[in-house]
Amino acid sequence: MSLLDFDIAHLFAGGLVLVSFMMIYQDRLYALLNVFALHSIVLAFSVGWQAYIQDAPHLYITTAIAIVFKGIIIPVALHRIIQRLGIHREIETVIGIGPTMVLGIGFVALSLAVMLRVTAEADRLAREDVALALSVVLLGLLMMVTRRNAVSQVVGFMSTENGLILAATGAKGMPFVVEISVAFSVLVAFVVIGIFLFRIRERFDTVDVQALDRFRGTQE
Amino acid sequence: MSATLVLWCVGVLLAAAAIGTATARLAAAGPIVYGTSLVASVLALGGAVDGLLGPAPPSSATLPLGLPWLGAHFRVDALAAFFLIVVNLGSAAASLYGLGYGRHESAPHRVLPFFPVFLAGMNLVVLADDAFTFLLSWEFMSLSSWALVMAHHRVGENVRAAYVYLIMASFGTLCLLLAFALLAGVDGAYGFEAMRAHHAGPVTAALVLTFALLGAGSKAGLVPLHVWLPLAHPAAPSHVSALMSGVMTKVAVYGFIRIVLDLLGAPEWGWSMVVLALGGITSVLGVLYALMQHDLKRLLAYHTVENIGIIFIGLGLAMAFQANQVTWAAALALTAALFHVLNHSLFKSLLFFGSGAVLTATGERDMEHLGGLIHRMPLTAFAFLVGCVAISALPPLNGFVSEWLTFQAILQSPDLPQWGLKILIPGVGALLALSAALAAACFVKAFGVTFLGRPRSPAAANAREVDRFSLVAMFAFAALCLLAGILPGLVIDGLAPVVSGLVGDRMPVQLAVPWLSIVPIAEPRSSYNGLLIFLFITLSASLAVYAIHRFASRALRRAPPWDCGFPDPRPITQYTAGSFAQPIRRVFGTSVFLAREHVEMSPPGDRRPARLTVKLHDLVWETLYAPVAAAVDATAGRLNILQFQTIRRYLSLVVAVLVTLLLVLAIWL
Amino acid sequence: MHDLAVQGGQLLLVLLMAPLLTGFVRKVKARLLRRQGASIIQPYRDLARLLQKDVVLADNASWLFRLAPYLIFAATWVAAALVPTFATSLLFNWTADLIAIAALLGSVRFFLALAGLDVGTSFGGIGSSREMMIASLAEPAILMIVFTLALVAKSTQLSTISDVMLSAHVGLRISLGLVLVGLIIVAIAENARIPVDNPATHLELTMVHEAMILEYSGRHLAVIELAASLKLLLYVSLIACIFVPWGLVGAGAGLGAYLLGSAAWVVKLAVGGALLALFETLTAKMRVFRVPVFLGAALMLGLLGTLLLFVSRGL
Repeated sequence: MSLLDFDIAHLFAGGLVLVSFMMIYQDRLYALLNVFALHSIVLAFSVGWQAYIQDAPHLYITTAIAIVFKGIIIPVALHRIIQRLGIHREIETVIGIGPTMVLGIGFVALSLAVMLRVTAEADRLAREDVALALSVVLLGLLMMVTRRNAVSQVVGFMSTENGLILAATGAKGMPFVVEISVAFSVLVAFVVIGIFLFRIRERFDTVDVQALDRFRGTQE
Repeated sequence: MSATLVLWCVGVLLAAAAIGTATARLAAAGPIVYGTSLVASVLALGGAVDGLLGPAPPSSATLPLGLPWLGAHFRVDALAAFFLIVVNLGSAAASLYGLGYGRHESAPHRVLPFFPVFLAGMNLVVLADDAFTFLLSWEFMSLSSWALVMAHHRVGENVRAAYVYLIMASFGTLCLLLAFALLAGVDGAYGFEAMRAHHAGPVTAALVLTFALLGAGSKAGLVPLHVWLPLAHPAAPSHVSALMSGVMTKVAVYGFIRIVLDLLGAPEWGWSMVVLALGGITSVLGVLYALMQHDLKRLLAYHTVENIGIIFIGLGLAMAFQANQVTWAAALALTAALFHVLNHSLFKSLLFFGSGAVLTATGERDMEHLGGLIHRMPLTAFAFLVGCVAISALPPLNGFVSEWLTFQAILQSPDLPQWGLKILIPGVGALLALSAALAAACFVKAFGVTFLGRPRSPAAANAREVDRFSLVAMFAFAALCLLAGILPGLVIDGLAPVVSGLVGDRMPVQLAVPWLSIVPIAEPRSSYNGLLIFLFITLSASLAVYAIHRFASRALRRAPPWDCGFPDPRPITQYTAGSFAQPIRRVFGTSVFLAREHVEMSPPGDRRPARLTVKLHDLVWETLYAPVAAAVDATAGRLNILQFQTIRRYLSLVVAVLVTLLLVLAIWL
Repeated sequence: MHDLAVQGGQLLLVLLMAPLLTGFVRKVKARLLRRQGASIIQPYRDLARLLQKDVVLADNASWLFRLAPYLIFAATWVAAALVPTFATSLLFNWTADLIAIAALLGSVRFFLALAGLDVGTSFGGIGSSREMMIASLAEPAILMIVFTLALVAKSTQLSTISDVMLSAHVGLRISLGLVLVGLIIVAIAENARIPVDNPATHLELTMVHEAMILEYSGRHLAVIELAASLKLLLYVSLIACIFVPWGLVGAGAGLGAYLLGSAAWVVKLAVGGALLALFETLTAKMRVFRVPVFLGAALMLGLLGTLLLFVSRGL
């Protein structure tokens, strides 16, 4: 595979990490959904490029799923949910956006340090893919942990999913059935979370998890 | 030859101390003591320069003092010669400054006897060639500076500052004692020659390095052992503060370099990560603490912590490269660290002299009561400005050159094979850049609030320029800052014997580079020419002034400043030190100091003013020192019952211990 | 001799083109807002007018206040003369590398902040304290950007970096993209542009740069305004010479190549200015305490670029 192919794959994978950082940077919900749509589209491009250079046509279906479901349908649906629930549209963070970004950089450094050392004798493209994919997964988890708003935690979970798909496509030969099951599990999780959000909202008039904490049994 | 010369100067200093003790209450005592110290320091400086640049091999001397079978060994090799230059340059300037400043001293009998002893102690530490002499001189240095900190013991918090200083100094000496004991090994070879030859195993080396870091680091001011520094340095008289911040911390750095790089040999690369991380954290925390201060001398003391962090970053880089045998990069990093040692002693002493001048002229150390001093003390203001520009690492002065060299060393890190180093070093580089930017902010605040604006108190409004000796000392150091900035190649070549002695390689010869530029590695990679930058700026500024005054209107009139239609001549409406630091406090302080602001507004109709309260937490003190102090107190309280026992109980205690020892002997034999 | 002519030419050219760039940006902004806007050469007229006016100095302004404009101008001019605009073979390009140029701009900011504190009113204090807060993050950001570029080009000399970027084997690296975004963010912050600061405002809640120079008038203000225009030119040229280096003339080329290089540079300035004006029109100014997060993002981009370089080929 030529150097240009490698560079373009690297470009998309690095771009995915960059868009993860952009998601951490956002402080408004609609903007976060738009950036998540961008995240899925960049993932789609990356998977499409992998399909082209690995000569694996089934990955094109993964690309299509990524664009249609995660790039269009899910952001639009979340947009509707936010409108219907009337959720407060500013994202409250636990430790401030600046320190969150510093932690994010730390996670990226950690995943690079670990993955590059562990995969020292593997193929160069796979190494880089796996290291960056782990970074995306960790950044998605960071988003889930440092956000108070349930919708932004859902978005964090979705971006973690994207990272896993990046890792899977980087390792050559991901079977189609795995992708179908992954996609369906994502869909199911999303429906479940959506239902729960509605129930929570009905019951407690809010989806702020901090407020929900107050309703824990006998604690004050 | 230079060793004997410096030893004679030390003897003169001790004699001056004796004279000072005897005649302290006479008016002539001050000039005699300071004058003698000045002469002795200058002579020692000459000897040190000869030792560094001269062709002669390292000179040594042995005195029949101390332990009978050991004697006291002294040696001047390249490293010692360089640090002797730093020490004696600072001592000479402080003595010169003291000739003028000492006239206003309220308790000369507490300062004059100890000042020459302090200088002598510092010189002896650098001269020492065996562990016993080293530790004895180290204690000399600590105790005489402690006495100087206690000089104004009736003022405020000085007693507490001296107490904390004494505890930390004792802790440091204990750690160094253990380090030397481990280096000496089982046979107890205390001479440095023997320690160099003796190769330590990995566990011993790790322990020695830890103790050296704790011992020398506490004296230098590494976080988290820095807590005594901002208490003790401001408490001493100003020329002593300059010596403590500018010179004594460098003697601690000398101790670290001597033990780790010289006696121990190149440590493992893992330890360089520890030193790098500590250096990075120290530099950022030091400058953030400094930004929160409004006491001028405490700000300068905290800033010393930042610069020590920068020096340790350079030392950590040198250790990392040395462990990987990349000697040319290690030479670059070590040169950067040593250059910063020289630079910091120059500009920090200058700044302390300036703050001493402000203290003499106004009686105030608090910036919130100063202001407008640039009109009343123009010469001091100019010298202080040069110090501020130098310490903020701005070209063409000297602070920029050492930071530039450190950055160039950081840029060589991708060649290292270890992943930990490859990822840590850019992080440390980011921390270094952050601390440099914050340092500039800190000194805009220090100069701006103290010297610019309008006077905030009658003392500031009635200040007068200080005496000639202080001014000469300040201007001499300001000139040296400029010279080191525009002729850095001379300093780098001067450092070459030191660096090649420690890492076995040196930077390329700078005097061979055309136009007096400095080229750290190779011409196309990077180069810098301080002299030309200085000339360009001067020429452009002069050209601009000439062109404007020739072709534009030259009219000028004075008027009140713009006030939006609400003239308020009260100086309280201008920015204070706290308000200047507020944006930075909001950005960094909320996480580092848990800074919280609280505004209490009085209810409508009530004419009382609103109150703004800012709470800052010193997390290092609260998480490390306060629990330890509380634990010690609690344990002491429990053990206190031993004071109140009956005679029978004491006898039973003695019997119990005796029986236990006999049991142990019985089991062991 | 050749290089000396190039250096001298650049010195004069940056001085002449700086107000034109400022005027062009203002014109494009006005047109985007459906106004006619002042003419492109209005800044020259402004400078000439200011030079003829009296200086009105506050009662307690010191010698530092009067000297600062010239120092600021001198440092900015020296820095601008060392950034390759149409040719890389400047005579004195070895006197200062990218780190030194960034530090020279730091000195400019230092003296500007001191001048703001000099008169002792709260406007100056606001400007200086906010400026130093912005600087405390912008400077490390630009140093991390330099670090990344130096890792790619194995040098911190601007001419070497431009040569390496011109050569084929740089490839399409994500780190360079990150660095470009970071450099643009830093350039916006340093030049006091929307969304960090508004160059056209005089409301104390929104001023940073304008607050520091509020007390300046007459010839002093003219010199400072010229220095600010030079700084904008410097940053646009810097971004152009690193990321869009085509058209930069190497050593020993003919007169035709120099003319072509100059034309290319003018085109780059025009495009950069138009994009800046477009960006300023599309964005709103940020809250002051969102700016550190904005600049923190630039710092993170620089760090991320460095980290990602380790993953890429050839390192």
